Amino acid sequence: MTRIESVFARPGHKALIAYLTVGYPSIEATLELVPALVNSGCDMVELGIPFSDPLADGTTIQRASYRALQQGMTPQRCLEVAHQLRQRVGAPLIFMTYYNPVLRYGLSSFCRACADAGVDGLIIPDLPPEEGGELEKLTRRHRLDLIYLVAPTTIEERLGLVAARSQGFIYLVSLRGVTGVREALPADLEGLVARLRRKTSKPICVGFGISTPEQARWVAKLADGVILGSRILEIVESSDRPTQAAASFIRQLRDAIEES
Amino acid sequence: MKMSDKERIPAYHLPDTHGRFGQFGGRYVPETLMSALEALDKAYREAQQDAHFQKRLAELLKNYAGRPTPLYYAARLTEHCGGARIFLKREDLAHTGAHKINNTLGQGLLAERMGKRRVVAETGAGQHGVATATVCAMLGLEGIVYMGEEDIRRQSLNVFRMKLLGAEVRPVSGGSQTLKDAINEAIRDWVTNVDSTHYLLGSVVGPHPYPMMVRDFQSVIGEEARWQILEAAGRLPDYAVACVGGGSNAIGLFHPLVNDPEVKFIGVEAGGLGLASGKHGASLVAGSIGVLHGTKSYILQDEVGQIRETHSISAGLDYPGVGPEHSYYKESGRASYVAVSDEEALEGFQLLCEKEGIVPALEPAHAIYYAAELARQLTKEQIILVNLSGRGDKDLDIVAQATGIQL
Repeated sequence: MTRIESVFARPGHKALIAYLTVGYPSIEATLELVPALVNSGCDMVELGIPFSDPLADGTTIQRASYRALQQGMTPQRCLEVAHQLRQRVGAPLIFMTYYNPVLRYGLSSFCRACADAGVDGLIIPDLPPEEGGELEKLTRRHRLDLIYLVAPTTIEERLGLVAARSQGFIYLVSLRGVTGVREALPADLEGLVARLRRKTSKPICVGFGISTPEQARWVAKLADGVILGSRILEIVESSDRPTQAAASFIRQLRDAIEES
Repeated sequence: MKMSDKERIPAYHLPDTHGRFGQFGGRYVPETLMSALEALDKAYREAQQDAHFQKRLAELLKNYAGRPTPLYYAARLTEHCGGARIFLKREDLAHTGAHKINNTLGQGLLAERMGKRRVVAETGAGQHGVATATVCAMLGLEGIVYMGEEDIRRQSLNVFRMKLLGAEVRPVSGGSQTLKDAINEAIRDWVTNVDSTHYLLGSVVGPHPYPMMVRDFQSVIGEEARWQILEAAGRLPDYAVACVGGGSNAIGLFHPLVNDPEVKFIGVEAGGLGLASGKHGASLVAGSIGVLHGTKSYILQDEVGQIRETHSISAGLDYPGVGPEHSYYKESGRASYVAVSDEEALEGFQLLCEKEGIVPALEPAHAIYYAAELARQLTKEQIILVNLSGRGDKDLDIVAQATGIQL
């Protein structure tokens, strides 16, 4: 069983997944934040490899990416950070980035390096299954999960395609738009999860727009996992003691999800 | 003559159904947009087969945009260079002052046909923004144009024009504050408002079907130029020369000539402050293969795949990517690509002003400079066809500043 599978194998357990931009605000902060979040009830961590043109991201992750890049973050350094984190946490680590840095690194070399660093999966928001065939062969060879996304606009015929091709779990984008905090989630999310359930038995995790324990509780009732990113970065950005503040937020989310 | 020539051209089948030109092109976009791109592709193919749509577009191109634009023999420029005869395709005389209107009319009608009343667009120099705002006003659509803050500063006249035409201009402060960032922001808007909104992309870049669709709408340039040069000179040109940022005016000229092997294509990219300086926009000449804005093509990137900041005196060429069909032309050898610096473009600008009484935009001034240099090396029997893609009123401030003249 892979590390990702074992998260979903626990009966009745809902996955809490946190996103962090690697190197924001610093590499040291990332190395400290990830174990703290995992110890506070986070089941998986998405590690964002910053890209200069993150077109699926809202202002919070854009800003974090920009600052991380200014400090010299590269895919290679992100791999080194992941490798160090792997010594400290048992939770699955998933890289989230855009296709160009991966292409530039070399698809095969990148997959090998991810496997060597102890990374469990990849999320690449600008790589739909139609373009992902080549990378998919390599992720399978290196036992990495290539996680594809489903959106509210995904038509019926594509739901089956994305569900069949996604490995590990399916990343369900809750709303039409980019990442970032929203006051309310779309009311039709329940129907969307149900539509997807009819196509697949794979775990479904919902992300984009989720920022409060109440929203997390509601999403956890519908899906198998809840993904938060921008809100965590906002807390890291605005707090004097970012690690404690982020960990405390994860505990609140965990408690809310348990109540679901 | 027009029809029989067209029929003579064998079919050119690219892109394939996946939007590929060889290894280039494709659809590297967030899942949210996949269905919208599929729907756009379908709507476009239906519109192509719809005689009513084609008739309406043809009428607007004629009576609204002023087509066909003239083909002009630049006699004094030719004489000055002392070599090949230079003909100019006068896209600067199209309504709004550039070739951009050909595409915005086509996509505007398509948006209307798809029932999308809200249109977003990106702009660099402002020419595509103006052409979008124009068509939105004419069709009664809501127009929103994203423009980098740096470009807003250097193209203030066009910003004012867009506002006069009723469009909303949204400044983009991220990244390098130029065309690339405006495209990012327009895509983010489209992802958010995809049900109500058409993204009116202004060049042959982006995910499929944009490179194909924009090419087709711009092909009117080369279709006209082909019969015009046959009429004027009795034969096809030896060279077709056009500037390349994203590459829409160049593809518009080249594509209808793609199966005329005697016509050599030359795309002129922005050399900026010189290729060695790293401050340029020459994706094909000095870039490498990557994925930007939904398409695989030549791009300007650093060693770890971050997109480089670019520089050009002309905002319309200040872009780190290029249309995938140009990458295919480069790889297959059908076209060759060169770079012309800011300084040389200014020379081309002045040359056309002084020798022909035509003020070109700084973008085609790159092509003018190259064509003049090329003409000198050729014989008087040879012909160069240059796409004069836009007029230069918008650039007078920049030219004054660059040449040290106080207005």
